[in-house]
Amino acid sequence: MYELIIIGAGPAGITAAVYAARKRMKFMVITVDIGGQTALSGGVENYTGYQFITGPELAAKFEEHMRKYNIEVKENEPVVRICKAQDRVIVETKKGKYAAYSAIIASGKRSRELAVAGEKEFKNRGLTYCATCDAPLFSGKEVAVIGGGNSALDAALQLRHIARKVYLINIGSYLGGDAIMQEKVMASKIITVLNNTRVTAILGDKFVSGLKIMRNDKEEFLAVEGVFVEIGLVPNSEFASEIEKNEIGEIRINSRNETNIAGIFAAGDVTDVPEKQIVIAAGEGSKAALNAFRYLAQHKFPD
Amino acid sequence: MVKSVKVYSTPTCPWCIRTKQFLKDNGIAFEDADVSTNQLAAEEMIQKSGQMGVPVLDIEGEIIVGFDKERIRQALGL
Repeated sequence: MYELIIIGAGPAGITAAVYAARKRMKFMVITVDIGGQTALSGGVENYTGYQFITGPELAAKFEEHMRKYNIEVKENEPVVRICKAQDRVIVETKKGKYAAYSAIIASGKRSRELAVAGEKEFKNRGLTYCATCDAPLFSGKEVAVIGGGNSALDAALQLRHIARKVYLINIGSYLGGDAIMQEKVMASKIITVLNNTRVTAILGDKFVSGLKIMRNDKEEFLAVEGVFVEIGLVPNSEFASEIEKNEIGEIRINSRNETNIAGIFAAGDVTDVPEKQIVIAAGEGSKAALNAFRYLAQHKFPD
Repeated sequence: MVKSVKVYSTPTCPWCIRTKQFLKDNGIAFEDADVSTNQLAAEEMIQKSGQMGVPVLDIEGEIIVGFDKERIRQALGL
């Protein structure tokens, strides 16, 4: 019987695992991937101790730190349900069913989809949600980044070194995100910002050849070969159907990372913690592990 | 029998790094085609897989898109 199951291996899950390992807890990690969104980030310049590190490098550092402790990690295993039966937490995945006395949900967020015609057909055929992964394939091409926040700005800034032309398609009337990134976007001759613009369809034959856009209430066609969707995130919380969430599906937690169900904790981007940052997710992960440890100590469960 | 393995990847893609690490950990020799700098390889990858996502593996003619550990294992008989 496990004392703890950690769901997810992004900054929150991995930090929780490191803390749990150091408390010598009997636990395992169940996750779809390792590194979470961190592994998909371009440059990270605000994780303390690193003035600059790429997302994949930081994710590799996290993983290396976790692997140092010989932790049981089940990768590629999506969780489909979590519930409580008496004093046990039951975690059901696509591959099996596991029981523990406590759990930490740190399943993070994923890219929001556009929900327009052509999106599904052209996924990986010119349309992508991971600029870090796929940007190099668009060398010398005209591309569009859809979105107006930090991740859209990050994608546009990565692409300005690769693509011939980058359209940044923003639904709002001005860009969001950090001022320092906005300044870099505005300074680039490669990037053209289209504000007040909405994408209505992805067009193409075998691969993407363009976008249908609504700009100032007029429909236009924009010829691009690449489409990078960066319109925000949705929490990976569908499997936690018995746990209290806010109106956007984030798991509600208190300052001790407790959910509405005793013994089930949550940490990082999947929660309603204000501000989503790598450094915050990591901190939340450590808090959740320490509070799970305290919970177990208070309850004296059988082995 | 040693199978020929070719990995189409970009240097920044985390799944590519993990795919290559997985092959290395299993002692599998492979040809690494960097599609971010090698335009010919990029076209070859798109033509073989009918899509543009990386990584793509060509294991003796079997095309695997993404870091699909189980399919890779199967294709290599691991």
